[in-house]
Amino acid sequence: MNSADLYRILPEVILTLTGILLMLIDATLPAGWSRRPLGWIAALGSTVALWASLWQLNLGNGTGFFGTVETSAFTVFFHVLICGIVLVALLLALDTLPEDSHHQGEYYALIVFGAVGMCLLTSAIELLVVFIALEISSISTYVLAGYRKQTGQGPEAAIKYFLLGSFATAFLLYGIALIFGATGTTQIYDVARIVPATHNHALVITALVLMLVGILFKVSAAPFHVWTPDVYQGAPSPVVALLSTAPKAATFALLLRVVYEMLPALRTIWSPVLWAVAIGSMTIGNLAALRQENVKRMLAYSSIAHAGYLLAAFAGLGPEGIAAAAFYTAAYAAMNVGVFAVVTLISGYDEQAPLIRDFRGVLYRSPLLGILLIFFLISLIGIPFTGGFFGKFYSFSAAVSGGAISLAIIGMLNSGVASAYYLRLACATAQRPEDQGRQTPIAVPQIGIAVGAALLFTVGSTLWLGILPGKILGAAQTAAHTLQVPPTEAQGPAIALPSQPQR
Amino acid sequence: MRMETINQSILTWILLVPLAGALLVALLPDRGKLSAWLALFTSLVSFGLTLHLPAHFIVGQPGFQFEINRPWIESPAIFYHVGVDGLSLWLVVLSGLLAPVGVLASWNAIKERRKVFYSLFLVQQTAMFGVFVSLDLMVYYGFWELSLVPMAILIVMYGRKEGTKAASKFFLFTFIPSAPLLVAILWLYARTGTFSFVELQMLLASGAIPAGPLFWIALAFLFAFAVKVPLFPLHGWLGDAISEAPVALSMVIAGKLGLYSMLRFHVGLFPAQVRAIAPLLVALTVIGILYGACLALVQRDFWKLIAFAMVSHFSLTTLGIYGLTLTGRDGAIYQMLNQGVMEGALFLLLGVLDTRYASSQIASYGGVAAKLPRTATFFVITTLAMIGLPMLNGFVGEFLILSSTFAGVSRGWAVTAAISVILGGAYMLWLVQRLFYGPESPMATAHTAADLRFQEWVALTPLVVLMFVMGIAPSIWTQAIENSVNMPVVKQTAGRTIVVTGIVREAGQ
Repeated sequence: MNSADLYRILPEVILTLTGILLMLIDATLPAGWSRRPLGWIAALGSTVALWASLWQLNLGNGTGFFGTVETSAFTVFFHVLICGIVLVALLLALDTLPEDSHHQGEYYALIVFGAVGMCLLTSAIELLVVFIALEISSISTYVLAGYRKQTGQGPEAAIKYFLLGSFATAFLLYGIALIFGATGTTQIYDVARIVPATHNHALVITALVLMLVGILFKVSAAPFHVWTPDVYQGAPSPVVALLSTAPKAATFALLLRVVYEMLPALRTIWSPVLWAVAIGSMTIGNLAALRQENVKRMLAYSSIAHAGYLLAAFAGLGPEGIAAAAFYTAAYAAMNVGVFAVVTLISGYDEQAPLIRDFRGVLYRSPLLGILLIFFLISLIGIPFTGGFFGKFYSFSAAVSGGAISLAIIGMLNSGVASAYYLRLACATAQRPEDQGRQTPIAVPQIGIAVGAALLFTVGSTLWLGILPGKILGAAQTAAHTLQVPPTEAQGPAIALPSQPQR
Repeated sequence: MRMETINQSILTWILLVPLAGALLVALLPDRGKLSAWLALFTSLVSFGLTLHLPAHFIVGQPGFQFEINRPWIESPAIFYHVGVDGLSLWLVVLSGLLAPVGVLASWNAIKERRKVFYSLFLVQQTAMFGVFVSLDLMVYYGFWELSLVPMAILIVMYGRKEGTKAASKFFLFTFIPSAPLLVAILWLYARTGTFSFVELQMLLASGAIPAGPLFWIALAFLFAFAVKVPLFPLHGWLGDAISEAPVALSMVIAGKLGLYSMLRFHVGLFPAQVRAIAPLLVALTVIGILYGACLALVQRDFWKLIAFAMVSHFSLTTLGIYGLTLTGRDGAIYQMLNQGVMEGALFLLLGVLDTRYASSQIASYGGVAAKLPRTATFFVITTLAMIGLPMLNGFVGEFLILSSTFAGVSRGWAVTAAISVILGGAYMLWLVQRLFYGPESPMATAHTAADLRFQEWVALTPLVVLMFVMGIAPSIWTQAIENSVNMPVVKQTAGRTIVVTGIVREAGQ
């Protein structure tokens, strides 16, 4: 290990140090003192990590730690995205976590540790590191999901998420083991080189399927989505803002890496599978969302549908599909964090107003929050000049140019269905409040500096992605081109020798 | 030289001014009539800007004018490409005119959340301008979808009774058909690598794309537009939307956008496919004309009555478009402008009645003319324009469409469609009689209602003046329409179909 190796994981190092620092301060701070400054430290740490990831572009593409982690435009894209999401989630938590809630310090530390895992997940090119990274991020999200442990739903959410999540990671691990059995290595580049020549095709296909189960669980794609609504409902809204975006972004990066970089040879296998999963997710997500009364459950099903739209991009060929998927991840993250931020503010941390009909008249009580909520819903519907539109646009145009017109048509019709339930919430928001009914109308909280910054950040990026998507798309395309096995000098056509994997 | 720079940026300003106004309204506090004044000022400025277009429009020059074409997004190649020709020129001006009229119509009708109302109203304005001037299909699609949003929100917020239901219906009816439209646009892009209207028009005319899939693509375009117009039998959303929408928005909710899009992007891009489907559309429009008129006769609610009257009128305009004659096309374009003016006035007047008496049931009115004499006068003039009295504007458009159908399409259809002129006279005059004349109804006696207020009078006068001017001197408008519309014209010459792109004059016919 040398310093060059450390630079390759600089954002992860910074985040880890921030997390440790937070825990130490939290432990030494007297019990009565406010823990809010810890949140600011965490926010600072994630900002620095974000800049560090951008700085990594100067390093050029390359690997570190004996070919276990990679730095490339691809990893930087997802690092920046994840650090951005974490930053917004921290800012959101700063103003919405009740001042007197216990374990506030832990909360911030867990978010930061989770971010370490997610960042590492996007840059790992060794399947075992992938597994470790996934576990790091999962464990902190399991804890965060049950953060409201005084309510019944909090622990329920955490346990459901934990049990099903462990089950899914077991599948992933099993898949990794089979990959090792088939190819004799767990390094992604080597696997990619060996697979086309391997005779043990059935084993590789089984491994692929098992890994897909584990990964698709994490992105809550149908039919592995059943945990999503319960967990989203039970977890506190600021946590859901993080939970529904950052781990998914990281896992989609992993999925891209696995299918496009590690197993492009099996395209004929995974492409139809993902095609079917995409259609299933969109349709199940949207149809189920239509029936929901609880806002968070509705948004949970909507996030399942969005996973489906994103998977449509995988019908695209090579770089175009990757770029579309990466762009969609960013657009989805911006609007979904935004919508959960607004929902947190409207219904409060302890959720006095969980139902759609409770949102009636928000626009009259607080015009700013009402307009913001409608704005994010419009973006989720996919109206032009918002990030959601270009996300869908690139995803479906990747599908169309990949030859899957039927997928694009089903997807677009699905987004028509989806507009119905987003519209229900938007309509409730814009409706005149009832005169009678609820005795004490829910007080709309003041928007503090931190949460104001978070909202500005999400609105800004949603608009930016919708009006000037060129730059981010350019970054996604550069990222897409770096997501391929680098050619090795020593091995030309001799890739076919499975016994001698080189790096 | 300076005029040159203005000409090259005027469309951008037209798009930006309402948006900037919306932002300003949103940022300033919601105090008294401040938002309304700001919106009035902005809409007057943007109307002034739109007047620049006809003033410097060169009649007869081929292609688009005031064109701006700059790369916006590199991949896919989306260009900020805007421009106007004889088809869109007057529609832009009309939208510009209806904006201050709409603000004045809302002056007293909108009492709460003025800030939200006026800023969304101005966003809607930008979206409509955008639809009329965009020459890049993606930019066009963007504005097309954007135009739904403020409309839907405002219907929910200011709906009279069932706002939410009407808005959902409106949004879903128009949003879902635009999904196939987007896929069709994407498919065209995947085949040709361009979203540019001008390039696509040339590529499609040259027959570079096989006709089989093009049939479906053209159908996707038509479907989206037909719902927006709305055309029989896709008019389900209109009645509710008209009854619920605030007056300023019901003026623009239907018609123009869809009809313009049909002419520009359906007839303009797919002449051969249009030719194939035109007979069906002619039949549907004639059915729509009679169906709308018959149902208008039996409505009890005047908003519903007007909604069905609109179905009838828009069907007539569509008949002009799909008759595929040059005269019919010009008549249709002219009729779009007429409808804008007449319906603007009509909605304003009905809005006056609805706010004064808080009822839209025709039966509860009667003898109102004695109390609101000026309202009655304006209403009668508008009615006469709508039923196509010569010297008023409605006559010119209807005459052009019906005569061209008679001469160029089919005598039977033309005669059948002409029945609607009689029916139109019947339901409109009967409406006037039931609302304004006859014995005074208990409701009219019980309420003391004020006649037209100053701002309503200011909003109505230009519209009524236009009804006369457009009826007496249509050449002011038709000159640009006849000579500068970019439209491929399909001519049947000795059994072969020849598609001519660009401007075709009616010389020598």
